[in-house]
Amino acid sequence: MKQVEDIEEKHYTTLNLGPTHPATHGIFQNVLTMDGETIVDSVQTVGYIHRAFEKLGERRPYNQINVLTDRLNYCSAPINNMGWFMTVEKLIGAEIPKRAQYLRVIIMELSRIADHIICDTVIGVDSGALSGFLHLYQSREKIYDIFESICGARLTTNIGRIGGLERDFSESTWGHLNLFLKEFPVKLKEFQKLLDRNRIFMDRIIGVGSISAEDALSYGFTGPNLRAAGVDYDVRVMNPYSSYEDFEFDIPVGTAGDTFDRYTVRIEEMWQSLRIIEQAIAKLPDGAFHADLPYFYLPPKVDVYSKMEALIYHFKVIMGETELPVGEVYHAVEGGNGELGYYIISDGGRTPFRFHIRRPGFIYYQAYPHMIKGSMLSDAIITMSSMNVIAGELDA
Amino acid sequence: MTELILQKLKEKFPEAVVGFEQQYDFPIFIIDKNHIKEVLTELKIDEELNFHFLTTMCGIHYPDNPQESEFCMMYQLHNMPKNIRIRLKTFMPKSDLHVPTVTDLWKTANWMERQEYDFFGFIFEGHPNLTRILNMDEMNYHPLRKEYPLEDLRRDDKDDKMFGR
Repeated sequence: MKQVEDIEEKHYTTLNLGPTHPATHGIFQNVLTMDGETIVDSVQTVGYIHRAFEKLGERRPYNQINVLTDRLNYCSAPINNMGWFMTVEKLIGAEIPKRAQYLRVIIMELSRIADHIICDTVIGVDSGALSGFLHLYQSREKIYDIFESICGARLTTNIGRIGGLERDFSESTWGHLNLFLKEFPVKLKEFQKLLDRNRIFMDRIIGVGSISAEDALSYGFTGPNLRAAGVDYDVRVMNPYSSYEDFEFDIPVGTAGDTFDRYTVRIEEMWQSLRIIEQAIAKLPDGAFHADLPYFYLPPKVDVYSKMEALIYHFKVIMGETELPVGEVYHAVEGGNGELGYYIISDGGRTPFRFHIRRPGFIYYQAYPHMIKGSMLSDAIITMSSMNVIAGELDA
Repeated sequence: MTELILQKLKEKFPEAVVGFEQQYDFPIFIIDKNHIKEVLTELKIDEELNFHFLTTMCGIHYPDNPQESEFCMMYQLHNMPKNIRIRLKTFMPKSDLHVPTVTDLWKTANWMERQEYDFFGFIFEGHPNLTRILNMDEMNYHPLRKEYPLEDLRRDDKDDKMFGR
């Protein structure tokens, strides 16, 4: 009899998931209210690595802000960099040469692949399939080799400059790139054979953490997560930037918005990215790799030492003595996990008057309690990894 | 489309739209603060306008503006099927930073509004949980206001003339 009374007076368990839990891949805290194995409610805490980028940006000249953008979604730093350059270029009305645009597309699509590799392999890890992770991560290293040969850095790349790229692709870059394009399809196919139709994997992730298209739009989802829910919204097609309109590619769309759809959408996007890279290489025009913007683009070092004009421009760029138009501009790019938008208000000074970033991760992570309500704890972990929440982007 | 929006809004709320400007590819509507919620609701539910997606929102502090328009709240809406983006701005004085919440229109506004409360101190009326989000709870100021400079005020070697704001 006593037991029956106990059941009516229900007691829930409070469980702290995070902030430093090995399964959350980053500093995320979720205080879960659990009924046995089932999640009843959860409260999120964010801001553990908040670095006040919006405030920092108000004191930095435009060419120094791109190092902040590296540290947003550090899994696909080049996309963040390019997005920032394009925002400033939109503000100053710069025309970027076709070659620079195509090279940027190649870099951006490579980093999209790197980003999706992380997300998809980590879904595998969280469901117990570590070998796929170890296997495909080698390809990510190859992508980082390409970035290293372009800009010298691997993770926080700071690749490119306002007006184009800092240098053209070298022989070594083309070597790395061609090797990657030859090897990666084989690797990706192997990875897909391992997981795609794997009964255990499918049972584990189908129907887990699903969200309807309507809810996804209301929660501000963008990118692969929104497309998995069935909305074909892609900034590359909606508002083409950097000559994306020149390329032929498909937009994969899911139906249920669950973990399996997010996984498959990302796999297919990798194939589409490869398609774009191949087209960009085939169509790559000759010409300059940067625009003629002496007030923003550093002159070659040889000229700085020997030419008066180059020395003046060098000084002006370094000291931030550039004149900018007054105005406000918003520019969005399709980042690794959604619409990454930069909003700057310029009052003509050397730094932005207001610098605001639309961080897709910050915006869609608030749907997480809604997505895990009523599911098991282990499903909550896999849902988070399939959403690809990156702490740097979340907390900015 | 811009004309249509202006016309529709003027028909429905004759006093709401107080200004309009075009900045690059964005039309900006400046809305009277008393009507901002009605205007946002109308933009969302009107079938022809159909601004169903809240892209982003952020606060702006203009310390040099006249007192009654020192602070600004910016909303950016997106009509995805027609691919039209608009920006709305509403100005308010420092003494009255109360803005109606839009969490009932877009769930995504929840954290965005908390962030702007955290950074600027906007009070979103009707918000379910208006607490700080990125900064610590003990903080007693709103750091993105212009009166809080990034650099240490006691330093005089970093002159604004030479090193900017």
